[in-house]
Amino acid sequence: MAAQDAPTATTGTFRVKRGLADMLRGGVIMDVVTPEQAKIAEDAGAVAVMALERVPADIRAQGGVARMSDPALIEAIQRAVTIPVMAKARIGHFAEAQVLQALQVDYIDESEVLTPADEAHHIDKWAFTVPFVCGATSLGEALRRIAEGAALIRSKGEAGTGNVVEAVRHLRAITGEIRALSVARPEERYAWAKRLAAPLPLVEEVAEAGRLPVPLFCAGGIATPADAALVMQLGAEAVFVGSGIFKSADPARRARAIVEATTHFEDPAIVAKVSKGLGEPMPGVELDRLEQRLAERGW
Amino acid sequence: MRIGVVALQGDVTEHRAALERLGAETRPVRTPAQLAGVEGVVLPGGESTTLSLLLRSSGLEQALLGAFREGLPVLATCAGLILLARDVLDGRPDQVRFGLLDAQVRRNGFGRQVHSFEVDLPVAGLGDRPVRAVFIRAPLVEAVGPDVAVLARLPRGPGGRGEGSPVLLQQAGVLAASFHPELSGDDRIHERFLRQVAEGTTSGQRLAG
Repeated sequence: MAAQDAPTATTGTFRVKRGLADMLRGGVIMDVVTPEQAKIAEDAGAVAVMALERVPADIRAQGGVARMSDPALIEAIQRAVTIPVMAKARIGHFAEAQVLQALQVDYIDESEVLTPADEAHHIDKWAFTVPFVCGATSLGEALRRIAEGAALIRSKGEAGTGNVVEAVRHLRAITGEIRALSVARPEERYAWAKRLAAPLPLVEEVAEAGRLPVPLFCAGGIATPADAALVMQLGAEAVFVGSGIFKSADPARRARAIVEATTHFEDPAIVAKVSKGLGEPMPGVELDRLEQRLAERGW
Repeated sequence: MRIGVVALQGDVTEHRAALERLGAETRPVRTPAQLAGVEGVVLPGGESTTLSLLLRSSGLEQALLGAFREGLPVLATCAGLILLARDVLDGRPDQVRFGLLDAQVRRNGFGRQVHSFEVDLPVAGLGDRPVRAVFIRAPLVEAVGPDVAVLARLPRGPGGRGEGSPVLLQQAGVLAASFHPELSGDDRIHERFLRQVAEGTTSGQRLAG
């Protein structure tokens, strides 16, 4: 075929954006703050890493405004590994997202873990070639993010706590609302759209398919292999582990164990085997001791 | 017909859905025991480094290698193609290499996700209508051996990358794509694989080990 007649290759379509999320399913995405940690994560079987300056537990402890990471750090991590590299932008901070796209990160997390830059608007994610993942605590929030162009949804959980209770709450909320919507009568979908504050066509799509139009991953508070098995059984399709790995006593072993548990989540014998002798997990905090709830960020 | 889909990590659901739309029975395979009784197997897309570790720890690496030597037909997409290839550039030295496909491939040969793309792809034997092919951080096939049939070549990649490179390969019972036929809802490549499985069982065709 002559080159001038050849069909054009199209980048940045929704199918291409969602496609990378599909390839990450059944895997573990790990927060890392140095190229060395990124190597440990890759060696342990991470499907991707999230390049950060501070893990959520430290952001929580140190306070102050949390922003996009230094591009030099992101590039160093990109050079260290061959798996996809994600990075976080503040909610609504489209200029940070433009920088991350210029760096060619593989996914942008518009994240409540960073300090929001806009109290009314999220980033218009359709305007980008790089795909976005966004957090959600409910079906309505998930569908609003998808309407803005997110190609992947994760539960928010409560990042940096090592406490899985909020991630469980958010997963149950999202999957429970999907189940209820999928048995609603067609004429009831208008009221569902109103109540969810989400566009009707997306509400109809979820009602017909019985699932979100993009993959649903879990994040926020996962610290053990059993935590990963729990959220996978509750309907998560992959897990993000933030502080849970590199705030533990033996990150390499714990990372590897969480990878195995995420794959074999339906086999308690394997989860038991990989959970043995991992050393101290991250300490974790009770939710009622928190001064700041990150999950409340996002509109 | 019963097809096993290796379900350690990656887009397992889409492969199962495509095969089931075509009337095949599918089974997720996470352990060697789950390979018993399958007539063909799918190595899906995912991260090849992750899949390598999980293939090894689950015992599936050895089980699959044995099954491939016995002639078990395999459909491999993207990461699956990397695992089957004889020669992998930019791979990890310790990654699983089944070596069934006489090809040299470069991991992430088109670049990062911003260079992932979709394109209309003419495929030999599938008629005039092209396949909508989705390439996600795809491997680039740089060379193939004499026993490999190239069923499709890339008309034009993003920014001209990979133009004319092989993207759908067949070698005996191996059908391997550097793109994702399972993501576009066009089941003709899965249909071809099922036909291959059906014919293979009657002709007694065996893979070169």
